[in-house]
Amino acid sequence: MIVEIGHYALALALGVSVIQAVVPFWGVFRQDRTLASVGSSAALVSFGLVALSFAALVTSYVRSDFSVANVVANSHSAQPLIYKFTSVWGNHEGSMLLWVLILTLFGALVALSRRSLPPRLRAGALAAQGLVAAAFLAFTLLTSNPFQRLVPVPAEGQDLNPILQDLGLAIHPPLLYVGYVGFSITYAFAVAALIDGRIDAMWARAVRPWTLLAWTFLTLGIAMGSYWAYYELGWGGWWFWDPVENASFMPWLAGTALIHSTVVMEKRDALKVWTILLAILTFSLSLLGTFIVRSGVLTSVHSFATDPARGLFILFILIFFVGGSLALFAWRAPLLRQGGLFAPVSRESALVVNNVFLATACATVFVGTLYPLLLEMITGDKISVGAPFYNATFVPVMVPLLLLLPIGQSLAWKRGDLLGAGQRNAFAFGLAVLAALALLFFMRGGPVMAPLAVGLGVFLVLGAGFDLGERIVARASGWRAMLSRARGLPRSAWGTALAHAGIGLSIIGIAAQAWSSEAIAVLKPGERLTSGRYTIVLEGMSPRTGPNFRAEVARFQLFAGERELAPVEASKRVYTARAMPTTEAGIRTDGLSQAYVSLGEAQDSGVAVRLYDKPLILLIWIGSLVMALGGGLSLTDRRFRLAAPKRAAPAAAVQPAE
Amino acid sequence: MRRIVLIIALMLPAMPVAQAVQPDEILPNPALEQRARAISGGLRCLVCQNQSIDDSDAPLARDLRILVRERLVAGDDDKAVVDFVVARYGDFVLLRPPFNAHTVLLWGTPFAILLCAVAFLWRRARERTAEASASTPLSPEEQARLAALIEPDDKP
Repeated sequence: MIVEIGHYALALALGVSVIQAVVPFWGVFRQDRTLASVGSSAALVSFGLVALSFAALVTSYVRSDFSVANVVANSHSAQPLIYKFTSVWGNHEGSMLLWVLILTLFGALVALSRRSLPPRLRAGALAAQGLVAAAFLAFTLLTSNPFQRLVPVPAEGQDLNPILQDLGLAIHPPLLYVGYVGFSITYAFAVAALIDGRIDAMWARAVRPWTLLAWTFLTLGIAMGSYWAYYELGWGGWWFWDPVENASFMPWLAGTALIHSTVVMEKRDALKVWTILLAILTFSLSLLGTFIVRSGVLTSVHSFATDPARGLFILFILIFFVGGSLALFAWRAPLLRQGGLFAPVSRESALVVNNVFLATACATVFVGTLYPLLLEMITGDKISVGAPFYNATFVPVMVPLLLLLPIGQSLAWKRGDLLGAGQRNAFAFGLAVLAALALLFFMRGGPVMAPLAVGLGVFLVLGAGFDLGERIVARASGWRAMLSRARGLPRSAWGTALAHAGIGLSIIGIAAQAWSSEAIAVLKPGERLTSGRYTIVLEGMSPRTGPNFRAEVARFQLFAGERELAPVEASKRVYTARAMPTTEAGIRTDGLSQAYVSLGEAQDSGVAVRLYDKPLILLIWIGSLVMALGGGLSLTDRRFRLAAPKRAAPAAAVQPAE
Repeated sequence: MRRIVLIIALMLPAMPVAQAVQPDEILPNPALEQRARAISGGLRCLVCQNQSIDDSDAPLARDLRILVRERLVAGDDDKAVVDFVVARYGDFVLLRPPFNAHTVLLWGTPFAILLCAVAFLWRRARERTAEASASTPLSPEEQARLAALIEPDDKP
């Protein structure tokens, strides 16, 4: 019964979303306020219904109701409760339901937000959002119904893919989806603005918190996915330029550009047309990502759905929303008035440069991901595009952007002083160069590019810190004045500095991997293996039985030089229901570095063991967390919380004096 | 299509549990082994999804790793080894696609986009300065007319 209620609620939600999509448009057209405001109630009802539906599916999973085909295919009665719960979205149908849940949640949040929006804008945005929700609800109901019953009812489920039986599944997809789907709001606002034919700083202020929210969650989602892959897949890789990773990375790059261009629009009323286009493109890339993951056109570790009917349906959704919005853009964008002139050297220009590089980087990933597919369709030739391609194209695009970042950050609005900005960053730059030189000297004979990359990271961290420091110290006398100044700085200034420093930290972590080392050997109990700074001694192997798996566990003593660290365990598991093996790496954190032990096949009387020394690797993810923290801090800025305050003090006022 | 789905499904279990290079494959000569690792990192495991043979535990990847090492031991230089593998399996095996007529767009797009953007911005900036300078001076007649428009009101 619960299952049928869930199914019915989902169907009702589709109907309500159609109302949400159609009636407000009609209301705006007829100038009828009552009709135009239907969108808000519809968005709330639609969210309530999808939430009910989602709760029904969760209940079926938690109760191991094997009369539901989806539960049978992805769950097992012996699973720990947490995995029964997360299995809900560990498959195509359930994850679609999660996707739609978050989509309607965002619609409901827009309906509830008390920010005073122009009513036409709110109505238009809710309608556009309703249209997106309706399309995906129809997709879920027609091609991916998670509530399908199964007769006869099997006694036991087929278990979830063991790789997904991990805490990562509880965290990674929800974060990622909030990011992906969050950009639907900026898309909806862009469409509404185009229909309205009017756009101003008010629009930018309305859209910015949503963009920041989506970006923050997408950052966390990608970082979490990367760490999950790192510890679960057992060879210590953390980014593979896999099509599906790229699918989440493209909206991130476009979204990063969007955050920056909306700032220009909010503060200076410029870059309007570009910002609208970027808002459309960002969500289009989210949709493209959905298509890539769910159609199976590009097979990868992540794609669980490879049904042509689904692929075709999503392709149709993709073409409708991307094509429709771009057509709307081509038709209406010329009506938008450009404003806000600025000098070639100014904060605005710096942000334009930021957008140019980010857009290029995004295009690079886009081409690299889809080119093999297109080439094969057109010529039949098969090529592969892997990490070496991106290293040769993506990295050269990002390096100049990051080098210019601290300088652009300290330029003033309207008309900046390049020399002054250079001078302000000279100290940070000098320290960064010193750091790079010192590394080159102490790590003689090692990699050459890595110390330079570390230098770049140091420059970003120091640049962000000094910029903030100067704003606090400048013209303030005594620590009391400085403290009040620090408190007076807008949260968004702190957020910006943190996000930029976070990139620097991540880059240091990435660069440090050039000094990682790997050792492989067959070990018998008592034998040792050394890699980089770490040595392990195999103590012994023992079998262990988990709730739904059997494991062979190897225990190691671990030494960093002479110092003994806590012992580490690595294991190989076989999940009984699917007879599928996984490796569970043994990871010991040592400061910011990690020793990573992974088991191979048992050979003769020993076992193949691989030991990695991963120096400073945690910085990669700590940097991402700091970035996300910056995004979150900016979100709490006063401007975003209060209902339409008077024009916020322009940041130029708190810039250091020229 | 069903069959392809089935094949992919069958391949799945073998794929992600990577145990790549096995101890018995490692060459005794560390310099050669290092070259072998570097070469394997750029060769795609043909039955996997976007993994190099250095990362993959598929049997075919193992065969290729051993092949690469055999060629190195036989005295081939790095390029000869890669050419040998490409001759057998085609460009598909290269994770860094070669630059040729079919991949011009792939390699060129990033730089073309950057160039276009810079050209566009430069043109816009020039237009703006042209507009700005065009609007400054008033011709003598215009000044006279302006004066005429302002004057009458001032005289009581």
